[in-house]
Amino acid sequence: MLDSLALAVTVPLLAALLVTALPGRVQTLGVIGAIATALVSLQVTVQVWQHGSLRSDPGGWGAPLGLALEADGLSAALLAMAALVALAISIYATGYFREGERRLHFWPLWFLLWSALNALLLAADLFNLYVTLELLGLTAVALGALTGQREAVAANLRYLLVGLLGSMTYLLGVVLLYAAYGTLDIALTGAAIRPGPVASAALVLMTGGLALKAAIFPLHFWLPPAHANAPAPVSAVLSALVVKAAFYLILRLWLDVFGTIVTPAAAGLLGLLGAAAVIWGSWRALRAERLKLLAAYSTLAQIGYLCLFFPLLQATPEGPARDDLLAALVLMAISHGFAKAGLFLAAGLVQHSAGHDRIDELGGTAQHLPAATFSIALAGTALIGLPPSGSFIGKWILMTGAIETGQWWWILVILIGTLLAAAYMFRVLSRAFNEAPTPRRFVTQASTEVPALLLALTSAVVLGLGAQLLWRLMGFGVVA
Amino acid sequence: MTAHLLYGGAGILLFVLGVWSFLVHEALLRKVIALNVMGSGVFHLLIAIAERGSLPPDPVPHALVLTGIVVAVSATALALAMGRRLEDEDDAR
Repeated sequence: MLDSLALAVTVPLLAALLVTALPGRVQTLGVIGAIATALVSLQVTVQVWQHGSLRSDPGGWGAPLGLALEADGLSAALLAMAALVALAISIYATGYFREGERRLHFWPLWFLLWSALNALLLAADLFNLYVTLELLGLTAVALGALTGQREAVAANLRYLLVGLLGSMTYLLGVVLLYAAYGTLDIALTGAAIRPGPVASAALVLMTGGLALKAAIFPLHFWLPPAHANAPAPVSAVLSALVVKAAFYLILRLWLDVFGTIVTPAAAGLLGLLGAAAVIWGSWRALRAERLKLLAAYSTLAQIGYLCLFFPLLQATPEGPARDDLLAALVLMAISHGFAKAGLFLAAGLVQHSAGHDRIDELGGTAQHLPAATFSIALAGTALIGLPPSGSFIGKWILMTGAIETGQWWWILVILIGTLLAAAYMFRVLSRAFNEAPTPRRFVTQASTEVPALLLALTSAVVLGLGAQLLWRLMGFGVVA
Repeated sequence: MTAHLLYGGAGILLFVLGVWSFLVHEALLRKVIALNVMGSGVFHLLIAIAERGSLPPDPVPHALVLTGIVVAVSATALALAMGRRLEDEDDAR
């Protein structure tokens, strides 16, 4: 039988080759490749659902020498999110890149990025994580600069350099761990690690390097211009998936490698940076003049919420309460992935139709695109954290955890962030209701509007109502 | 043991110099070179830890260095290509 873990990495790679070799059929092949990749990724998730975690050793080389692939509830959940978001983005891209050179350049890079992302989520080896992180970074930069406009190239060049600084720092941490413990396998390193200067230095270097890539405050300066200047489907990928991948790595390292040596002070520091990101990101989003810049700053704030979980996870002993926090963290990450992808895709439609995305002048355009505006509203529901979105449940558990561990001050941050989020979303939506007449058609261009709508709908309704499935996938008991 | 420390220490020194140079210099070429110096520092350290006294050297760090060099070359190429693109546009004005 074919190994589903290896397929999740190789199918998009094969698709990248095919779209490069047969440029005449790039759209058809692109859609087929995207469907195939999404199916093999979802197959992994289904298998994790049935059997718990999966592991495979390609070539029969076991740890410590081989490069194993592994999927557990955490990676399976993110893999499924990536598959669905990426499939929607692929369909959107068929409508967005209708003709021209850019279409030929988009698809190969897109499949390479998808392959790197799947490999990153499945890698069970610290060095392999470095390689996939670099592949992801390189393809993301190339995609972000796809328009070839000066601002886009300059912003993404900066993103590239910052990303390289981050991944080199991460690599130095990996080398220190290898020097001390003689293994690169995540599970083996986690079992061997002992508190000491080497382990602490590795923790600081790896977390610092990844924090640059995940745009954790105050290392976020590169993100808004890079995300706001990319073509709409690419912005959606960058904000929903690429940043999330770096964050996933921090989470994976803190849980599985450094679990025993993380101190409350270190977790508290990450929480503090998260709190600053929530407030600063939301404030800048509120002040942003352009819709895509608003979305990019809102990504900063959402990554901040995810960081707030660290001090609580640290203070909560193993048990159902900690499981709930972890699942809530993943639920928020996934909700944000769907919501932000939907928001960027819809923003792209508005920009395409209006010729610009200055929020103050969008009124008429927004009103002529009811489906896009509705998507923005739905995505906003999830970004604010209104019920029944997934992030409502996530924030609820986050606040419960903050009360239970006696760290009430995080609640203030969540409240301020939520109020600011409501303010910046309503600032956009209020522009859509000031002009008459209302158009008769809800959908104007199905291939681009339906994916945006489905993504936003998933974030706002499906994830909230189906949250129990995530608890089950991650192997936890269901919340009462 | 002394040789270990000397090589390893030199690697870390190179890395730190690279970071410092990356942060203080504005020009793209200098930043790219600084990143490569950082990379060399990390590879230096890897080569140093591969040495195991009388035993044959550990092959794993060697494989890591080779992979790392490939990644560093590709990243450098992309950075230079993008920098060139920006310069061409400046010249065209």
